[in-house]
Amino acid sequence: MLARLASPRTGGLLALAAVIALLPLALANKYFYDIAILVGLNAIVCIGLNLLIGYAGQISLGHAGFFGLGAYGSAILASRYGWPPLAALLSTTFAVAVLAYLVGRPILRLKGHYLAMATLGLGIIIFMVITTEDKYTGGPDGMSVVPFSIAGFVLQGERVWYWVVGVLLLVAVWLALNLIESPAGRALRALHSSEVGAEVVGINAAKHKLMVFVISAVFASVAGSLGAHYSGFVTPGKAAFLHSIELVTMVVFGGMASTFGAVVGAAVLTTLPQLLAAFEDYEMMVFGAVMMGTMIFLPRGVVPSLARLFRSRRKPTVGDDKEAGG
Amino acid sequence: MSLLRVEGLAKKFGGVSAVEELSFDIPAGKVYSIIGPNGAGKTTLLNLLTGVYQPSAGRIVFDGHDLTGRAPYEYASHGIARTFQNLQVFFNMSALENVMVGRYLQEHCGLLSALLRFPRLARAERACREQAAELMRYVGLQDYLSTASDAMPYGALKRLEIARALATEPKMMLLDEPAAGLNPTEALELDDLIGRLTERGVTVVLVEHNMRLVMGVSDHILVLDYGRKLAEGPALAVRNDPKVIEAYLGSNAAHEGALAGEIASAVAVAVEMRR
Repeated sequence: MLARLASPRTGGLLALAAVIALLPLALANKYFYDIAILVGLNAIVCIGLNLLIGYAGQISLGHAGFFGLGAYGSAILASRYGWPPLAALLSTTFAVAVLAYLVGRPILRLKGHYLAMATLGLGIIIFMVITTEDKYTGGPDGMSVVPFSIAGFVLQGERVWYWVVGVLLLVAVWLALNLIESPAGRALRALHSSEVGAEVVGINAAKHKLMVFVISAVFASVAGSLGAHYSGFVTPGKAAFLHSIELVTMVVFGGMASTFGAVVGAAVLTTLPQLLAAFEDYEMMVFGAVMMGTMIFLPRGVVPSLARLFRSRRKPTVGDDKEAGG
Repeated sequence: MSLLRVEGLAKKFGGVSAVEELSFDIPAGKVYSIIGPNGAGKTTLLNLLTGVYQPSAGRIVFDGHDLTGRAPYEYASHGIARTFQNLQVFFNMSALENVMVGRYLQEHCGLLSALLRFPRLARAERACREQAAELMRYVGLQDYLSTASDAMPYGALKRLEIARALATEPKMMLLDEPAAGLNPTEALELDDLIGRLTERGVTVVLVEHNMRLVMGVSDHILVLDYGRKLAEGPALAVRNDPKVIEAYLGSNAAHEGALAGEIASAVAVAVEMRR
């Protein structure tokens, strides 16, 4: 029993739950709650994106597009057409999943740089559509969104949203850990390392890539929908290329092929710009510097590097110079 | 009874024929070796027989199913497993996990079951882990049960690929130069391992340059040269076949009736010269 509690899986989940439960003690005002909620939403996107990039080894430079689609889908259905927010969220999520499936089928045949370019193009198309279809989206000015409500209960205020996002974050981590430790998750890691090696033991590589692409799009879309309802306003910036880059940076910084790494990456890189508010104009430069510094000094990312340091102190010989899944 | 039937198989890369008009049958339960000088088309043939390459012409029928034009994962699901000459180990995983990946066909489940980790899956995972460990012991990797795959020596990685292929519960296993890069002791242990594979009921297809190994374990031998069948038959007949000796050694040697051991050393020389 104790051994199970100390395993990275259960132990990590308990530690994250403890952090989420205790964090309000340190959150002095609404502003801090606001940052914590943004961290949670970004972390949910990054957990999905990490399944795609870190585990399956498929790059996406267009995930802000799925985030934006989630946000605008919920905003348009709930605010313009008066749908119940939950129905709007579920239908939007389903539509994004279908879109990711249809787009993923052709573009996931591409590898490396070509896949990066294709997903980049996808993100830009989504951004352009959102900016130009101003009849529905309000164009570059954005649009306001009604608060989220379920059966007459309205989710309002930072404290309520904090717990909602906190629980959803835990669920997202749990789902990702489950997937990774399943045959499908092993198949993803296997095809990352050797596609032909995976195929000859019976793994349909194309099907698994498509599956994880759809899952990661769904994570991004749900976070986008919730973010829109929480902030009460959406702008096309959420779907923009720079946001995609921020998300990839969070995943790489936190550590690829590490679910908790994705959470840490999202936490650090969401909080950092707030702390550096004085340098607002240079925010992207800071991101760029973090990306370069990570690649040079911590190519594994923060969490896998720390985990390795911790392990090598206890057992100096086992797997010292290991790439943690690249 | 033939497990695999190949009819008129051909593969062209651009204008170059790597395999031409090849037909043969592989009987069930035997060790069937494919030999030939470098560039004879042996690895191309293995890639054709596992769906990694698509043939330009011909048919591949395995266990009554026409698999021509299918994807590699479909070949695997019909019971064909393989290892690689240049290793295709999953270096981002532990040795044990590599073998567990091999259990994919038996273990994989619905996405919902994976995401929510139903209790049935958790139990299946524990069983899968034990079966993988059992297979590692079977191929002699008991010392590497908790090792990361990229910390293992070359000879152990070759065995790891065999364990992973065995995990798919194949009817036929294709070994692409399993002895290449092994030291003589390790190569000797391979004879024993291949023998045990056939005892398990697995038909073994062996592509190998090590003539000692080939002559020691094979029931049947197919000799390829320039992508064509040069000779085929029981091991003993093939090694005394003048055509084969001629291909390897030139026409003079054929009259001298070289013994298998001499062929082995001469093959090594011939192979070097062709390079």
